[in-house]
Amino acid sequence: MTTLTMTRLDPQSRAARRGMSDISIRNLFIIPTILFLIIFNIFPLLYSLYYSFTDFRASTNAPANWVGLANYRELLNDPFIWTNFTITAKYVIVSVAGQVVVGFGVAMLLNRDIPFKGLITTLLLLPMMLSMAVVGLFWKLLYDPSFGIINYVLGLGRFEWLSDPDMALYAVAITDIWMWSPFVMLLSLAGLSAVPKHLYEAAAIDRAGPLYTFFRITLPLVAPILMIAIIFRTMEAFKTFDIAYIMTSQPTTEMIAIRLYKMAFQEWQTGMSCAFAYIVLIMVVAITNIYVKYLNKVKER
Amino acid sequence: MRRRMIGIAGGLALVLASSTSVLAQELTIFWAEWDPANYLQELVNEYEAETGVQVTVETTPWQDFQTKAFTEFNARGSAYDMVVGDSQWLGAASEAGHYVDLTDFFNEHNLGEVMAPATVKYYAEYPSESGKFWAIPAEGDAVGWSYRKDWFEDPKEMEAFKAKYGYDLAPPKDWKELRDIAEFFHRPDENRYGIAIYTDNSYDGLVMGVENAIFSFGGELGDYANYKVDGIINSDQNVKALELYRELYTYTPPGWAKSFFVENNQAITENLAAMSMNYFAFFPALVNEASNPNAKVTGFFPNPAGPGGDQFAALGGQGISVISYSENKEEAMKFLEWFIKDETQKRWAELGGYTASAAVLGSDEFQNATPYNKAFYETMFRVKDFWATPEYAELLIQMNQRVYPYITAGEGSAKEALDALAGDWKETFEKYGR
Repeated sequence: MTTLTMTRLDPQSRAARRGMSDISIRNLFIIPTILFLIIFNIFPLLYSLYYSFTDFRASTNAPANWVGLANYRELLNDPFIWTNFTITAKYVIVSVAGQVVVGFGVAMLLNRDIPFKGLITTLLLLPMMLSMAVVGLFWKLLYDPSFGIINYVLGLGRFEWLSDPDMALYAVAITDIWMWSPFVMLLSLAGLSAVPKHLYEAAAIDRAGPLYTFFRITLPLVAPILMIAIIFRTMEAFKTFDIAYIMTSQPTTEMIAIRLYKMAFQEWQTGMSCAFAYIVLIMVVAITNIYVKYLNKVKER
Repeated sequence: MRRRMIGIAGGLALVLASSTSVLAQELTIFWAEWDPANYLQELVNEYEAETGVQVTVETTPWQDFQTKAFTEFNARGSAYDMVVGDSQWLGAASEAGHYVDLTDFFNEHNLGEVMAPATVKYYAEYPSESGKFWAIPAEGDAVGWSYRKDWFEDPKEMEAFKAKYGYDLAPPKDWKELRDIAEFFHRPDENRYGIAIYTDNSYDGLVMGVENAIFSFGGELGDYANYKVDGIINSDQNVKALELYRELYTYTPPGWAKSFFVENNQAITENLAAMSMNYFAFFPALVNEASNPNAKVTGFFPNPAGPGGDQFAALGGQGISVISYSENKEEAMKFLEWFIKDETQKRWAELGGYTASAAVLGSDEFQNATPYNKAFYETMFRVKDFWATPEYAELLIQMNQRVYPYITAGEGSAKEALDALAGDWKETFEKYGR
């Protein structure tokens, strides 16, 4: 079997002279990776699954008691947790939709022959390269009601972006859109440049309007790669922590990751927070699965 | 083979060499990042000069202090030998065995009398009235107020104030006057605001601000001896206290929804507010002209009385504890013996630390050293504190969840917020079998 799938070792090579076979070399490469995955991913995953059914607290010496589904029951009955989920859902929708619109829009603008195209694209990618914490701190200053530049430029007076409970989440989402639209732009640009030019020529000969061309040619052909961008951004937005945590402490911006952090590392309810993390994991996996199904469908077309 | 033996011997030698450097004594004290930690470093430098033991004060920002300390404790790490920990940690840290029991040390040196009574009660003893001690009161602290003397003493303002409210404009004696003055100076058109209060809900900022009102209104957070909360946390006076705190929030500068000690000092240095709530530990920066351009015209007053004449303030400050997992416990105890000496405590106060030593606090020398030391001395005998039970962090987060939306956004009513909080706390105490 192995001889069929693997290239044979050159009998003259140093490895062969040391008496190593194809299989031992394959194992040499694969086993460390597998061990690494088991120790750092699989083991903690299973270990925390066990903890999620106990009342374990890492801050005490008390042994973990088996409590069955009590943690899950309590979490799903907690109105604050449901608020956290609603806030997160709202944030994901606003933020990802914003990134797709802005990112794809900019990509459309850039997808033509303009001078300094490479330089402009690189500059547009800068926000993505910054640290989340730094972006959060900078935008906090930009939003400041007393001296912030955003109110000054928009002429909003002393509008309180981050202290207004209704506005704070959108303010955070705007920051996220600013930071991650370039990512969507980059992927869209790759997708756009792969659309065959002759399709547009054919459309032009048939006198198709720009809207028709966009919806019938551009969008369907870019859709698969755009879907990948959306999957990535949704997963990221779902676990947003740093930006929101740094910028504001409004209860209206307390997303699940923030609540989870507080539960795990301020209250030290280790068992309960493991259960919470599992609920989040299941949701993310479910949402991603829906996306992937849809992605496959789009690809088939 | 021989080469391998040499390698092993070399490795062993290296291990021995590095362990001898541990023997050359070093102690690490963990604290939050603020001025008193710098004063403590200056103080312990003198200990090094005396004994040759090198002591380092390691710090981290306040927001991470609790998380970082408990992560280290829970991992049974020996990175720190001592910690200057918050008073509300006592329950969690003593029950989990993170702190060394200092009861014998405490009794041997009669610290119950050497240190001011409130500091012993809140920084050292757990459970309350048990006679078991886990920390040595190190940095006494409580909430006080700073104000703009030049605004208060402006003849035009004084005249206008008297005409409007019928009494003289002066530092407030009670919370009603505090409210009036905040309202009087609140002039958004002139970019001047009435008052700066604590609103940060990420740790204990907002809760301590609210405590100042609740305790002075004659209220309590609960019965600390038997964990009864219903009818106490949601009592009538607490509802009134919370309503007043909400009203004060409407006189704060714009964007004041995540404010703690840094912002509240800025309110004075940046000419934003007439009065500002803050811990005494942050007042040295306000009398220093390098950090406060208004240093000459900044005055101080203690937390005002409530309608019934009660006058209490929220306790800040910390005690110093020895960590059970330290490899230098004996050396740490020797350090504590030096730390509690009268001369050391006096020097600690001179450097800017807030000693808890009753003798030093009572001395004229201390009380006249700064414009606010007298107010500090008076306040330290009228302080109250939050719950110190091991589940205090949950109680704190629940209080933030219930109270914050009411204070900063006017959601619901004070009564609703406190009733809901009483329910949350009751449930939490039941969960832990209190």
